[in-house]
Amino acid sequence: MDLLWDGIKEAFNLWIRGDAEIIEITLRTLAVSSLATVVSLVLGVPIGAALALKRFPGRRPLVALVNTGMGMPPVVVGLFVAIMLWRSGPFGGLGLIYTPWAIVIAQFVIAVPLVIGISLAAIQAIDPKLLDQMIALGANRLQLLWLIVREARLGLLAALMAGFGAVISEVGASIMVGGNIAGETRVLTTATVLETSRGRFEVAIALGVMLLVLAYLVNLVFTSAQQRRPA
Amino acid sequence: MPSNAAPPSLPSVADSKIQLRGCCVVRDGRVVLDIPELDVPEGRTIALIGPNGAGKSTLLRMLQLLIRPERGELLLDGAPMQRDPIATRRRMAAAFQEPLLLSMSVRANVELGLRLRRLPRAQRRTRARHWLDRFGVGHLADRHAHDVSGGEAQRVSLARAFALDPEVLLLDEPFAALDAPTRSDLIEDFASVLAESRPTTVLVTHDRDEARRLGDGIVVLIDGRLRQRGSPAEVFGAPADAEVAAFVGIENVWAASLERSGAGIATYRVAGQLVDVASASPPAAALVCVRPEAITLFPPAAAVPGSARNCLPAHIDAINLVGPVLRIQLHLGHSEDTTAVATVTPASVEALGLRVGSAVSAVFKATAAHLIPR
Repeated sequence: MDLLWDGIKEAFNLWIRGDAEIIEITLRTLAVSSLATVVSLVLGVPIGAALALKRFPGRRPLVALVNTGMGMPPVVVGLFVAIMLWRSGPFGGLGLIYTPWAIVIAQFVIAVPLVIGISLAAIQAIDPKLLDQMIALGANRLQLLWLIVREARLGLLAALMAGFGAVISEVGASIMVGGNIAGETRVLTTATVLETSRGRFEVAIALGVMLLVLAYLVNLVFTSAQQRRPA
Repeated sequence: MPSNAAPPSLPSVADSKIQLRGCCVVRDGRVVLDIPELDVPEGRTIALIGPNGAGKSTLLRMLQLLIRPERGELLLDGAPMQRDPIATRRRMAAAFQEPLLLSMSVRANVELGLRLRRLPRAQRRTRARHWLDRFGVGHLADRHAHDVSGGEAQRVSLARAFALDPEVLLLDEPFAALDAPTRSDLIEDFASVLAESRPTTVLVTHDRDEARRLGDGIVVLIDGRLRQRGSPAEVFGAPADAEVAAFVGIENVWAASLERSGAGIATYRVAGQLVDVASASPPAAALVCVRPEAITLFPPAAAVPGSARNCLPAHIDAINLVGPVLRIQLHLGHSEDTTAVATVTPASVEALGLRVGSAVSAVFKATAAHLIPR
């Protein structure tokens, strides 16, 4: 217990001192995971909507694939993305491996099945008759998508939170494709692993608590948006 | 004379708002709707009636361009509807059996269609307020749409439709899910709004009274086909065939053959009995149709009022309470096969001492019977 208590005290010390490295790692984590989540939303929600609303051959195996992807181990995603981005890999020429962009790509691959799967379920839960009513009210394609997103907003915010929660807390992919390079690709989770292996438990705990607080604050914002009943 | 190379076309009816030409809807290889021709006159209300699964909702969904007919033409003011579906739908409004309000305030729901049409906010507000007040739910404007009762929600749904100032109003059983008092209040309010703003209206209903109350014209759809169209008096008084007769509530349909005719009265033989029917040109083989409420029951030997020409001996098979009246099932004469139904009040059943097995006279006027050639 002393260890945990000391760690928490150390965490406060680090924050109060405004430790430059911790702040930098925190901001990078936030930026990388937010970007990955936003891209997965922008692409994932329309795909989820299409899978929920359209009937086409091959839809079922596709949905099963998405559902499998929802539980994909990050380290496996990291491995495949790393192979793609290695100098010798098909996208090696882009020079993305061991940059924050590589982490964004890997985290996007982790988040997008979650976003697609949850938004698919949320949109499929809308009464088809309500969709007809939206069309009958004169909605064009874009307006219809807006109304659907609006109507499914609780579920879509759940998709957002699940996606963000998955990527901000994963470590396997970030290490594989980012390399945990200080000042470049080190994020809260990879730093925590490193500090633990170094035996600097207070710093590891400080980083871990930081991660939890960050995740909590972001989810608090989304939850407030979700549970509000707008007029 | 200029030579006219255009193919001969159907004469266009000047005041037809909606025209259907050869519309055919196929689902799973089966024709579920086949409408060679149907016109809805401008500013009138057509009640589309028929049993469940007759294709009424399919026809309405086709008019909303939600399903495409396999072939055929849908015209609005003489122009094809499918050319610009969004523009076509924005001249229409629809309300369904369920209110289908979106998860937003009552006011925002009523404004929504206008918002989609990019009407300025101030005008949206004014129109929403007007129509919510008109349907008696103005006080609910700021409530969340899911926090109002079923009857209120249906009023909001109708206000939302009328707020669009539609040229065409499409209604699919809008009163069917409401309890009786709520329903009759709303129907009265709706009828008064309809009489004022007179959009061209297609009302789908399986309720005969609703159709009679609101329809200027009635269209009967059975098995995806138009079986009859006409004024309420025509459809309810003179159904075109036995199925329409059954649907419009004529429960007594007897096979009959002509015995003799003259002076506007035709005498038919029904299950060994003679029945007089008012008819100038009676067919040789016919179905004699009589509404249950047109039949009165008397004790077997009683004196029958002079105006009724038909007095058939019958026996009671069953007595059931249906709503405020008793529904008496009979068989005529000694034929177990020829059954009849009469509706009478509980008071008269008591006065006559009617019970299952009683012998009675089933009495109706010659003018109460309608003939369908067979």
